[in-house]
Amino acid sequence: MKVIGEKVQFVSGDDAVCYGALLAGCTFFAGYPITPATEIAEGMARLLPKIGGIYMQMEDEISSLAACIGASWTGRKCLTATSGPGFSLMQENIGYACMTETPLVIVNVMRSGPSTGQPTLAAQGDIMQARFGTHGDHEIIALYPNSVQESLDLAIQAFNLSEKYRVPVILLLDAEIAHMREKLVIPDDFLIINRVLVTIDTKEYHPFRTGFTHPGSKVPEFAPFGSGYHTYVTGLTHEEHGFPSTTDPHAHDRLVRRLSEKILDDEEALSYLETRFCEDAETFLITYGITSRTALAAVKNARQKEKKVGYVRLKTIWPFPKKTLQHILHDAHDVIVAEMNLGQLIMPVREIFGGARNITKVGGEIFLPEEMERVM
Amino acid sequence: MIEIDESLCKGCYVCIEFCPLEVFIISDKITVAGVYPPHPEYIEKCTACKLCELMCPDFAISVGDKK
Amino acid sequence: MLPTIFCAGCGVGSIMNYVLRAIERLSLNINKTIFVSGIGCSSRIPGYIHADGLHTTHGRAIAFATGIKICNPELNVIVFTGDGDCVGIGGNHFIHGIRRNIDITVIAVNNFTYGMTGGQLAPTTPRGSYTTTTPYGNIEHAFDMAHLAKVAGAPYVARWSVLDPHQSIKSIGEGIRKHGFAFIEMLSPCPTAFGRRNELKMVRDQWEWYKNNTIHIKKLEVLRATSEEVEIKEAEKKIIVGVLQDIEKPEYVSEWNKLLERVACTDR
Repeated sequence: MKVIGEKVQFVSGDDAVCYGALLAGCTFFAGYPITPATEIAEGMARLLPKIGGIYMQMEDEISSLAACIGASWTGRKCLTATSGPGFSLMQENIGYACMTETPLVIVNVMRSGPSTGQPTLAAQGDIMQARFGTHGDHEIIALYPNSVQESLDLAIQAFNLSEKYRVPVILLLDAEIAHMREKLVIPDDFLIINRVLVTIDTKEYHPFRTGFTHPGSKVPEFAPFGSGYHTYVTGLTHEEHGFPSTTDPHAHDRLVRRLSEKILDDEEALSYLETRFCEDAETFLITYGITSRTALAAVKNARQKEKKVGYVRLKTIWPFPKKTLQHILHDAHDVIVAEMNLGQLIMPVREIFGGARNITKVGGEIFLPEEMERVM
Repeated sequence: MIEIDESLCKGCYVCIEFCPLEVFIISDKITVAGVYPPHPEYIEKCTACKLCELMCPDFAISVGDKK
Repeated sequence: MLPTIFCAGCGVGSIMNYVLRAIERLSLNINKTIFVSGIGCSSRIPGYIHADGLHTTHGRAIAFATGIKICNPELNVIVFTGDGDCVGIGGNHFIHGIRRNIDITVIAVNNFTYGMTGGQLAPTTPRGSYTTTTPYGNIEHAFDMAHLAKVAGAPYVARWSVLDPHQSIKSIGEGIRKHGFAFIEMLSPCPTAFGRRNELKMVRDQWEWYKNNTIHIKKLEVLRATSEEVEIKEAEKKIIVGVLQDIEKPEYVSEWNKLLERVACTDR
């Protein structure tokens, strides 16, 4: 894509996210400035008009996500980007996007919190919020890169998954990855997945019926507004025809279970992890994002001292890769989770390995290898 | 010439209030919804202005054209 | 789908009737028309119409509608909102939608209360009124929604009560045809949640209240030109109805498309 420029560049994580979005086919961005995600808005403001796309600066994060949802329903791939305080504001509409099965990608460039916190410094404190920030029973997909290159690659993947499962996908970055500059290679070949469009006769059409045109699928086919299919979309509990059915317990049960199952059924396929030095490992160090870069150095140092330590890096945070991790940690003697928060990912890890230890660091400075080696 | 769909009528009587020629009365027949619907008792006075059809909040009235 | 959930005597059904008639008169293509709504009784209207509909979160309908319109400008985007939905929780999106001048038509049903939840205080509740959360009388001042829209710069602003079917239908049509943000406020009775507590339980009483407490803008202009100070001041206490603003102004989608013509690369 010519507007992206040279094949090999030296850019920031935020820039890489912009490129990834464009390559995936994103043509709409609505957002609001917030450190450290502002550069994504600025990048999209510069790039989207060049490809005939649309950049909108809305009055707050709530309307940013609302505009993205409206735009997605006209058939476009949409992006918004924010950080902690803005992500908190978006929660109601994230729930709306889950309930209405609206594909879109939300980037949360995490900064130190809670509240206004440390706007320019990194943290990994929104892990649980990405999963449980909005009310009610729902599932979400959240991906977390650890390099500028991976910010582009996982941005493309985020769009693909949002289209495939018709669910909002959260791309978690930390402020370090967002603002650091590294070598980026623009890929020539990559997979693009688009939402399945409805093709049956309008008289046969039920907006939220699944398994009819495509047997076995739990994701409904999509009819963009203006295509003649007369789709009614609501955040109220609804039946297959789309209209509200709020007092029928079976309708609600059917709906929310399907919304969960469409993602959880594919948990293993969605579990993207990186493992190194794990074949004979007795101690496992589990990390994600910027922390994983320190962890790799720590594990390599430990291995030089002949300690049997394995490196596990999560690229998928949600759905939590439970089965895959269970397999990896099967013969583990010791499990350590290192994270830049007061202990969030440790919770689902302890469901698999009850005695997992947690080393935590907050304040904005990343871990040093010796801080991790000390506990091994 | 004036048809009232009793399954839709809620008995708000907007039609009775607004008819300029006082064509309607409240009938004494009760519907399954517990409503006494309006009845065009003085149909011969109707000029087919269609205000009742226009203002009915429940789309319960259809007015044919004046013969 | 019918009968609707609206109470007997509620104005929302009539307003739905007027909007559908306006659409019919304009021969709008229903396949290219989308109804967006927030939360509340008025926002249930799209659920009764065979067309694309987006029933969104409380107060945010204008933001959702903005995303739809700019991405597919050939769609006729009509928003249903209530007084609380529009200028309570939705106040920020209301003023910015107008500021941007995005080409949508907003029908705001004003029943002076939060009806769906049982009749609480709303930003438009008249001073002194009784609601479930002002059991001793409302001490707050009420917003004048249409005036806010006019001052914020909406190119088309009108206000009617449900008493005026022909004027309402005409204004709704003019709003839809307007290239820019059109705001039509509809004063609507809520016998169950508001009327009952304020001696306006019967539809007849509410309509008497509208007749005595509204004044047509043209009549007010005549009074201002010809009457005594005292008479003018009395008249100005009333709610002004009519077409309050009808101007031309550059519209957001058109302006964006002009920008794209300047900037977009042919070789991407």
